Amino acid sequence: MSFPKLWSFHGGLRLDGHKQESTRLPLRAARLPERLVFPLLRRDGRLAAPGAKPGDRVLKGQLIAGGDERLDPPIHASTSGRVRSIEELPLPHPSGLAGPCLVIEADGEDAAVEIEGLANYREHPPEELLRRVHQAGIVGLGGAAFPTAVKLAPAGRRIDTLIVNGAECEPYITCDDSLLRHRADEVLQGAELLRHILHAERCLLAIESDMPEALTTAERALREGGFDRIAVVPVPAIYPTGGEKQLIRVLTGREVPARGLPADVGVVCHNVGTVAAAYRAVVLGETLTSRIVTVTGRGVRQPQNLEVRLGTAIADLVAQCGGYTDEAERLILGGPLMGFALPSDELPIVKSAHCVLVAGRGELAGSRPAQPCIRCGACAEVCPAQLLPQQLYWYSRSDQLERVLDHRLFDCIECGCCDVVCPSHIPLVQYFRAAKGKAIAKQREREQADRARRRFEARQARKAEEARERAEAARRKKENLEKSAVPEIRQAIERARRKRAEKTDQHATSDTPGRS
Amino acid sequence: MLALLAVCLLFALFGLLLSYASRRFKVEGDPLVDKIDAMLPQTQCGQCGYPGCRPYAVALARGEADINQCPPGGEDGVKNLAELLGVESKPLDTARGTEKPKAVAVIDEAACIGCTLCLQTCPVDAILGASKFMHTVIAAECTGCELCLAPCPVDCIRMAPVRETAATWRWPEPGAVRP
Ligand code: SF4
Ligand code: SF4
Ligand code: SF4
Ligand code: SF4
Repeated sequence: MSFPKLWSFHGGLRLDGHKQESTRLPLRAARLPERLVFPLLRRDGRLAAPGAKPGDRVLKGQLIAGGDERLDPPIHASTSGRVRSIEELPLPHPSGLAGPCLVIEADGEDAAVEIEGLANYREHPPEELLRRVHQAGIVGLGGAAFPTAVKLAPAGRRIDTLIVNGAECEPYITCDDSLLRHRADEVLQGAELLRHILHAERCLLAIESDMPEALTTAERALREGGFDRIAVVPVPAIYPTGGEKQLIRVLTGREVPARGLPADVGVVCHNVGTVAAAYRAVVLGETLTSRIVTVTGRGVRQPQNLEVRLGTAIADLVAQCGGYTDEAERLILGGPLMGFALPSDELPIVKSAHCVLVAGRGELAGSRPAQPCIRCGACAEVCPAQLLPQQLYWYSRSDQLERVLDHRLFDCIECGCCDVVCPSHIPLVQYFRAAKGKAIAKQREREQADRARRRFEARQARKAEEARERAEAARRKKENLEKSAVPEIRQAIERARRKRAEKTDQHATSDTPGRS
Repeated sequence: MLALLAVCLLFALFGLLLSYASRRFKVEGDPLVDKIDAMLPQTQCGQCGYPGCRPYAVALARGEADINQCPPGGEDGVKNLAELLGVESKPLDTARGTEKPKAVAVIDEAACIGCTLCLQTCPVDAILGASKFMHTVIAAECTGCELCLAPCPVDCIRMAPVRETAATWRWPEPGAVRP
């Protein structure tokens, strides 16, 4: 399939990629750790129900938590062993807070459950394929971790184009690149599978033009596999081309409406890693128990990509990459622009963790003291969401929440382009994240207050009703007593009446003798 | 256990029925009272001197109450009320109480004697239980009003601060120190 024309999106930046560092060494499997940690906190704040309890023996691929809701794909044990505990442990999360985690002690056997794959998946209905994708615990591996099966069922909307996102645009991250170099065929097989599920006419596999090796391998695999509905499309290396809305714009010229979904314009977009995982799940019967993680930065001796079992500690990965260098300074989960700092390396790899960046001294722009905004407009020029960051900043700072929302705060993808160019070094994105947090908290508070109001009113109504019933009951009791339904009382009343009547009778006979 | 379950079920049923009834038979509200009520925190604690947020809203609309009487609403709440009613803002009347971090009631279930006294005071029916069975607070519905503390004859209810989790955590403003 040929592919002629590309569009462009507003703003964006050409950044120094820093991709070579982690791609010099080939992809390899990380070693089996002794202890694996699986956080149970779900995206919605509830806890995934544990499917195994301390003491249980579990096999690789066995469900250990969650999975009963479509929005909560299950978590599986990534090797065989024993569940040691369910306990509070620090989470790989910007808050640095702890949360309940399930801990597995590996037994070293790595025995797996047997699940039969569907080599002939075309003969099965899409619902069954979707169920398998869900049951295998597949979520977006590009960083967002959104449930894949949900994204593959765009209720009622027709999808003509499936986009497979290999445009790994954030500097330093190369896990998609290394997947394409080593397993392009899996990505293409997966793309074909998802295209089949969606009934999409075509599939576009986007790869950044500064990933020449990935491009060549993908193109070769495409020719050899005869995938005639898939096209490999090189896209310019402009950050953030890999953003979902930006990539859709670049490849199709379509504009996803604000707060809309790609499906609204007939497109569904999945990361290359997700697509390969879906293939392994449906066709090979494998659950999601590992992912590729880039370990890079000047703070680590041998930057490289590792195939990592979920639950492995970050410290373990760094050790397998030769350990820290003397200049290691900051530990970041994710890339330099969208990632967040970690307080410790004793944190587990989860499904969304695509990169561990150990920054060396001065490697990343540190936090320089912020100066006042000079309204230069540089931020607005580079904003891929076409926002006015300087306005957003102004209103966030002065706490005018309504105004920030009017300026489409929630369309900000937190790409960090504005941060990079701001001559006054204002930490714009953090202001926007804080403002989003406030808006969400306020919304929650409002919902809670509304519930309390309803419950209070219901209680008032119930109490009024009870008081009315009590009054009614008292009135009826008196009435009933008078009518006296109980036979003894009625007989007693009858007797009393008869006696009275007899007395009056006697009086009557004695009183009126001579009348007849 | 079965009895408790049955009671829970009954409660749920009553709740449904009553919420329907309250909507079905609701008196046409005064729009100003509704607006004020929408601003109040709905803790229903009575610290304002009225038996709940709506009664306070009614008093405010009639001009019978002052705008600084609601401690859970805090200084922000007073400011918002001042803006809505077009009057000068003033500091919160701290004699009535101060704004506290959100907490929910927790019943020490081992000590609870099942007297139902707390259940009768809870303004939002957030306590489940029946006579002689231990009682439990539905944390998600508890407003933290503290009204159930005083009536408990064995003092087995305490207020526990709501713990921040990774899901409720929010990014701090730049410059703000991380706790
Ligand atoms: S780039 Fe910085 S200084 Fe320039 S307008 Fe934007 S926020 Fe202000
Ligand atoms: S972080 Fe938000 S405001 Fe800044 S450039 Fe990116 S999308 Fe625009
Ligand atoms: S003091 Fe309590 S009852 Fe009164 S308005 Fe405030 S929250 Fe409601
Ligand atoms: S459980 Fe206690 S503190 Fe919570 S709402 Fe009911 S009475 Fe108030």
